[in-house]
Amino acid sequence: MGRYVARRLLQMIPVFIGTTLLIFLMVYALPGDPVRALFGDKGADPATVARIRHDLGLDQPILVQYWHYLTGLLQGDFGTQIASQRPVTDVLGEAFPVTIRLAVLAFVIELVFGIGLGIIAGMRAGRLADSAVLVFTLLMISVPVFVLGFIFKTVFAFQLGWTDPNVSGEANWGELVMPAVVLAGLSLAYVARLTRTSIAENLRADYMRTAVAKGLPRRRVIGVHLMRNSMIPVVTFLGTDIGALMGGAIITEGLFNIHGVGGTIFESIKRREGTTLVGLVTVLVLVYLATSLIVDLLYAVLDPRIRYA
Amino acid sequence: MRGAKSAKWVAGAIIVALAATACGGSDSGSDDNGDKASTGSFDPNGKFSVEVGEPQNPLQPANTMESNGSIVVGALFQQLVDYDAAGKIVMVNAESVDTTDNKTYTVKLKKDWKFHDGTPVTAESYVKAWNWAANIKNNQTNSFWFSDIAGFADVHPEKGDPKKTEMSGLKVVDPTTFTIELSTPIPYFIYKLGYEVFSPLPESFYADPAAAGEKPVGNGPYKFVSWDHKKSIEVTAFADYTGPDKAKNGGVTFKNYTNLETAYEDLKSGNVDVLRQIAPKDLPVYRDDLGDRAVDKAYSAVQSIVPAFYTKQWKDIDPRVLQGLSRAIDRDTITKTVLQGTREPATGFVAKGVLGYQDNVGGDVFKYDPAAAKALIKAGGGVPGNKISIQFNADGGHKEWVEAVCGSITQATGVACTGDSKADFQADLDARDAQEVKSMYRGGWVLDYPVNANFIRDLYGTKSDGNTSGFSSAKIDGLIKGADAAPSLDESVKLYQDAEKEMVNEMPAIPLWYYKVNAGYSDKVSGVDYAQDGDPILTSVQVKK
Repeated sequence: MGRYVARRLLQMIPVFIGTTLLIFLMVYALPGDPVRALFGDKGADPATVARIRHDLGLDQPILVQYWHYLTGLLQGDFGTQIASQRPVTDVLGEAFPVTIRLAVLAFVIELVFGIGLGIIAGMRAGRLADSAVLVFTLLMISVPVFVLGFIFKTVFAFQLGWTDPNVSGEANWGELVMPAVVLAGLSLAYVARLTRTSIAENLRADYMRTAVAKGLPRRRVIGVHLMRNSMIPVVTFLGTDIGALMGGAIITEGLFNIHGVGGTIFESIKRREGTTLVGLVTVLVLVYLATSLIVDLLYAVLDPRIRYA
Repeated sequence: MRGAKSAKWVAGAIIVALAATACGGSDSGSDDNGDKASTGSFDPNGKFSVEVGEPQNPLQPANTMESNGSIVVGALFQQLVDYDAAGKIVMVNAESVDTTDNKTYTVKLKKDWKFHDGTPVTAESYVKAWNWAANIKNNQTNSFWFSDIAGFADVHPEKGDPKKTEMSGLKVVDPTTFTIELSTPIPYFIYKLGYEVFSPLPESFYADPAAAGEKPVGNGPYKFVSWDHKKSIEVTAFADYTGPDKAKNGGVTFKNYTNLETAYEDLKSGNVDVLRQIAPKDLPVYRDDLGDRAVDKAYSAVQSIVPAFYTKQWKDIDPRVLQGLSRAIDRDTITKTVLQGTREPATGFVAKGVLGYQDNVGGDVFKYDPAAAKALIKAGGGVPGNKISIQFNADGGHKEWVEAVCGSITQATGVACTGDSKADFQADLDARDAQEVKSMYRGGWVLDYPVNANFIRDLYGTKSDGNTSGFSSAKIDGLIKGADAAPSLDESVKLYQDAEKEMVNEMPAIPLWYYKVNAGYSDKVSGVDYAQDGDPILTSVQVKK
């Protein structure tokens, strides 16, 4: 187990370097010069542009720039934004707490309602409840996020007046509930369907029959034997979804005026803020790597047959 | 790139007059005045909020070009002069700005002006600030604004380090007097002095300019309180402000929005008070939603399509072809339908509200007439390749009107026309700077200072920074030179008007329409008006009790 974790952690290093380099190259390949863009429609003074580029090291070869970035990163320095001249760590420090709050809320909603609906549907496969869940999840999957967001706003903010249409600068937990529901919607449907299929299948498995035949109480049969085995595919999905919730919230964040990671990524791409973008992605890569490790370790807990040396 | 703040304080003065006659001073809350009922009562310490985006740059006056930063800098800093709605100069921090030869200007400052940290605003505050901003070592994006001043090349050389730290053209005479010497006479230079770049800076700025950009100390009607990045910026009315545009409210919260749709929703639900623009999605309904709180007002900006004169297609083009294309565009219909009344058809190159604006300078050339369009194009030898394209940035909401303009041209003349979409503004700029525009591109210009020179010299002079089309005409250059050499401002403006008339014959661009502010405000505030650059005039806003 310890060796396995150590190996996985070591594997993260090349993955980490590879992804950051890739993003670095991609930003570099985009047309448009962030320094020139500071001047907008009106012509830029070439001497000032050259000076700013030089001060930021943007006139050096891309690999040299990457090397500087990477060595800086190892010392905890994420670099500086071109336009605002603020340290990227500050920008990350503002964006992540908000998005983490949003992602945690969405994840909890997804977990509770997704698995809950999945269990109901799976246990009653083929009956009315199952069909109802199927129809509901189909709706969630097929309605685009911005439509869903718009409906929520119209109904809950404008017609019922229960809440404000948008999230304020503070982004309190309460304000984030509506966006979190919207954000969780799609994944919730997937979780429900995965759980349902897995449960419906495992209900017919040999070990289930054995457990029932042994005369175990129903709560134990379902709670331990069925659940534990049915959760493996769901856990895989939930694990990768944490990363997606963190990074993929661009639309939801835009819809509700939340100033989190999604919006910052979008803005950094638009402004060609390479260092900010790589910094954001670097953190997201770490989140993905960490969650996939946790998922792999959870497998062993759920199914003792899976053992790590 | 947002320029002057224009009529700010004059509108403010009107409000003052109204308030004085209607309720005898809004500061004491004297409820016994009967007239007051009609206007409501106002809280002089009331705060209101304005929609903005996160400023891109630190809030240093010479470093702020984009609109999100410049509205904040404009609230915190005040310059020597400003202009009223008719384009006339008004003294603000300056007592007087005098010149006899348009080359040497003597500035006398008003006494008793203070920075927000309590230090006095002196001649030194200006001279030092301008020298600092012009110095290439300080990387200020607006440094070229000082290039008219003698000795600019010493502090801002094309290459290498500056030789000096001070421009020879700036001299402090006494604590409240200084002189500006230009390298060549410019009759309208005083107008430039109203631009935010020419703000004074307090002594504390130089200790740590970066920190000062995070916590600016200005001399304007508002004092900086806090900047919660990506959330809000707070400013409060500066009690010791002695300028003519003293705030009629207690302060402003600039609330950060990432898109206009959410800002509009917040306006409707009372979470933000003043918008700068309505999103295209809400344009059809905003008048019904807001009633008399809906704003629909012209401001000084113009949109054109510009031929890339460096291409084979337009290199030696007969201007009649461009006139023909201009006549093939149905500006009336497009502004009414596709643009939903948010623009007004252009009739010249200079936008409305600018000193020297001439009504209908283009005459027939800007009028839709398919038959005349065909005839002109034929007379000019036809459009090379019989095909044009219009480059635009897809992230700026230009696609719809580009398609409409293209459709209009093709329908009227049979010239094939397509939109050439670039992913975003940066890619669009890149292609323009690299002279890779295939045929034409979308151009837009918001005034920097309200003189027609700003729309003529800065855009169509052969060597102007704003001239990215490669347009070059000896005749126009000559007229510009003549206008710049005019002995007085009035004559200069007149000569520029002649240059504009000549431009109709040369067609350096095809102007399409003037911009309008389509915005709105909440029922918590009144006295909301918009300046020539399209920004709301903050100081005149009154907050209801």
